[in-house]
Amino acid sequence: MAHAHDHAAHDHHDDHGPAKGWRRWVFATNHKDIGTLYLLFSLVMFFVGGAMAMVIRAELFQPGMQLVDPMFFNQMTTMHALIMIFGAVMPAFVGLANWMIPLMVGAPDMALPRMNNFSFWILPFAFSLLLGTLLTSGGGPAGGWTMYPPLVQQMGHGFPMLIFAVHLAGASSIMGAINVIVTIMNMRAPGMSLLKMPIFVWTWLITAYLLIAVMPVLAGAVTMLLTDHYFGTTFFEAAGGGDPVMFQHIFWFFGHPEVYIMILPAFGIVSEIIPTFSRKPLFGYDAMVYATASIAFLSFIVWAHHMFTVGMPLAGQMFFMLATMLIAVPTGVKVFNWTATMFKGSLSFEPPMLFALSFLFLFTLGGFSGLMLAIVPADFQYHDTYFVVAHFHYVLVPGAVFSIMAAAYYWLPKWTGHMYNMTLAKWHFWLSTIFVNVLFFPQHFLGLAGMPRRIPDYSTQFADWNMVSSIGGFGFGLSQLLFAYLIFATVRGGEKATDKVWDSGRPHGLEWTLSSPPPYHSFEVAPEVK
Amino acid sequence: MKIVKHAAAGLLAGAAFLPTGAALAAWEVNLPVGVTELSREIHGLHMLIFWICVLIAAAVFGAMIYSIVKFRHSQGAVPANFDHSTKAEIIWTAIPVLILVGMAIPAAATLVKIEDTRDSDLSIKVTGYQWKWHYEYLGQDVKFFSTLARKSDAARQVGSGIDPYTVENYLLEVDQPLVVPVGAKVRVLLTAADVIHAWWVPAFGMKKDAIPGFVNELWFRADTPGTYRGQCAELCGRDHGFMPVVVEVKSKEEYESWLADRKGGSKPASAPAPEAAAPAEQTENAEPATATAAE
Repeated sequence: MAHAHDHAAHDHHDDHGPAKGWRRWVFATNHKDIGTLYLLFSLVMFFVGGAMAMVIRAELFQPGMQLVDPMFFNQMTTMHALIMIFGAVMPAFVGLANWMIPLMVGAPDMALPRMNNFSFWILPFAFSLLLGTLLTSGGGPAGGWTMYPPLVQQMGHGFPMLIFAVHLAGASSIMGAINVIVTIMNMRAPGMSLLKMPIFVWTWLITAYLLIAVMPVLAGAVTMLLTDHYFGTTFFEAAGGGDPVMFQHIFWFFGHPEVYIMILPAFGIVSEIIPTFSRKPLFGYDAMVYATASIAFLSFIVWAHHMFTVGMPLAGQMFFMLATMLIAVPTGVKVFNWTATMFKGSLSFEPPMLFALSFLFLFTLGGFSGLMLAIVPADFQYHDTYFVVAHFHYVLVPGAVFSIMAAAYYWLPKWTGHMYNMTLAKWHFWLSTIFVNVLFFPQHFLGLAGMPRRIPDYSTQFADWNMVSSIGGFGFGLSQLLFAYLIFATVRGGEKATDKVWDSGRPHGLEWTLSSPPPYHSFEVAPEVK
Repeated sequence: MKIVKHAAAGLLAGAAFLPTGAALAAWEVNLPVGVTELSREIHGLHMLIFWICVLIAAAVFGAMIYSIVKFRHSQGAVPANFDHSTKAEIIWTAIPVLILVGMAIPAAATLVKIEDTRDSDLSIKVTGYQWKWHYEYLGQDVKFFSTLARKSDAARQVGSGIDPYTVENYLLEVDQPLVVPVGAKVRVLLTAADVIHAWWVPAFGMKKDAIPGFVNELWFRADTPGTYRGQCAELCGRDHGFMPVVVEVKSKEEYESWLADRKGGSKPASAPAPEAAAPAEQTENAEPATATAAE
């Protein structure tokens, strides 16, 4: 694996620190500053989207409509998804990429620092537009984050704001992805061949290609919605010879790779953390890389499993069922490899490892329900029920979000130079892990018992598990305040972290050869990797 | 107080008592077995995959838990240094492939049956509207709208003050249910007038989208008389949660007499025959069938 020879040679040149005041952030070109901006933005969006989830769970706490109008409820479910996906999870991964990829490949910065600045600063505008729809007549988008026509066309005056917000977020993602690819392909330290790269870098490289491939598809689809709305085209209107189902095909051609955009970097993070705290090298590094690439490839040919009920030819259903089931193979390889990494290791359970282990168990659980959903006849029962809600929240919350938290706990001492309060972090872990299961596990039962998703009220037979789920939701939401507190407390101060941070003797990779916190400009002279 | 009582019930998840008599299937945790051959096959598939997943989970989680417990640094575990094993990797690639093939074969067989809509005894065209269903018995000159029952509709208004537990079949009752004969192969042709809806009755095992401008089809053959309830399953706007599907499966004779009555008195869809619905819902039957969902 990568090992640095010489890194301390940054004193040869007239080192300038960050600009003072707001200029440091608005004109930021330093990958560390931009990474911080992305991560903080993502944290803010996590709480905004989380607040919406609290509205949803409060209304669903018991049967009957107590708090909000059904229309506002639909706006909350739609906005919650859009904000969590495009505002919280994706920017968090881009933030981690910004911070870690240059440190991990031994580059002085991202390849395209000004575009980096641009790609971040688009986001506040994109999400101001998106949140601004709530203030327009007709309110925010209420047709689901999937924006299916014809329903989405019933949106009020916020409609173009929704479309442009998606365009902007997509443009930001594409620029971020270009930056990642160019950095990885051109700026690796001498000696770091592709198959010597840290696995997090690999997963991000593949994710970046997925982003470039599919974000333009989404942009095209929503642009067609826009022209259908304002310029008389009928791409998705049957009355004019169009096809509403075509939108779904195009959307999910974007949407399924998007799912992996939100989980491949998570795989990378977990693959960094488990070896560190198992004090043992990652099992099957090459297999992990190939499995990631296989998953990425398969993600392009399984999209229609999101829409088995639209009425597809038998052959189409068979193909998409088999292709989807096939994804279980490389994903299984990953889970087995992580397990084999821990086997005969020497495990300790610091907060990053705890979150990684929770990821390992609960993501696998989400994988099982995913496999069940792939079986078309069974999917006819599961489709659009809470079973699906439970499935994708298991892969997204204890999956993607827990991996981001694991990454924060893993690298925060490196970024800030301070250790955080271990006891509080463990409290955060246990509260999150317990409540996330109280929140989402009963949703499997609700879906199987027949509760459709996206409904603001339900028959009394669903009351009990909904109440349990809501209690879990409130508990999970409140627990996250602890996370925010820990981050701010650690940024402000704390026990000094060592360069290696983790005394397991194992954290390998160039980032651990730097001081904690790393100098503002690191690796100005490329380290050599054997 | 009701809220407190339910909160207590919620906190005691797993405790086996029902919070109210109105709860039909409180604490239900699994897919119910339906009343059609397809739904039973689907249930069988569901249980098969479920148990396969449980077995895999037992093995995988077992290995993880074993590693976590056995190889603890705090207990002085010394790490090994291996980082790959081609043999192991081939094994855990090949075995899942075999398991998947084992799952795919029965799934494909059921799927072929699901898609075989030939030789139906009766065809009903179902049209989704925001937010009600329209049923048309093809070739029978019988058609009517089916809308959320009035009691549920009153109770579900924001701040209505009506306790949902006092409403029988809250949100799962309609003014005029679909009526079909037992044992007949019913072909359902689905379309929609405005946005996409999805017609779903869990007991029949089938769900399909109703898409404006297109006609989808599904079939079911219910083998037990009774009333079966479902809901719209595709987000269709404000009152998506308030357009239930209710199907009454009746004996052949009862169905025929129902159909004859409907033909006699159903020309204006707004004047439904009283026999059209369950006796328990007399008051709601008086409601004009064309009544739209409250805006």
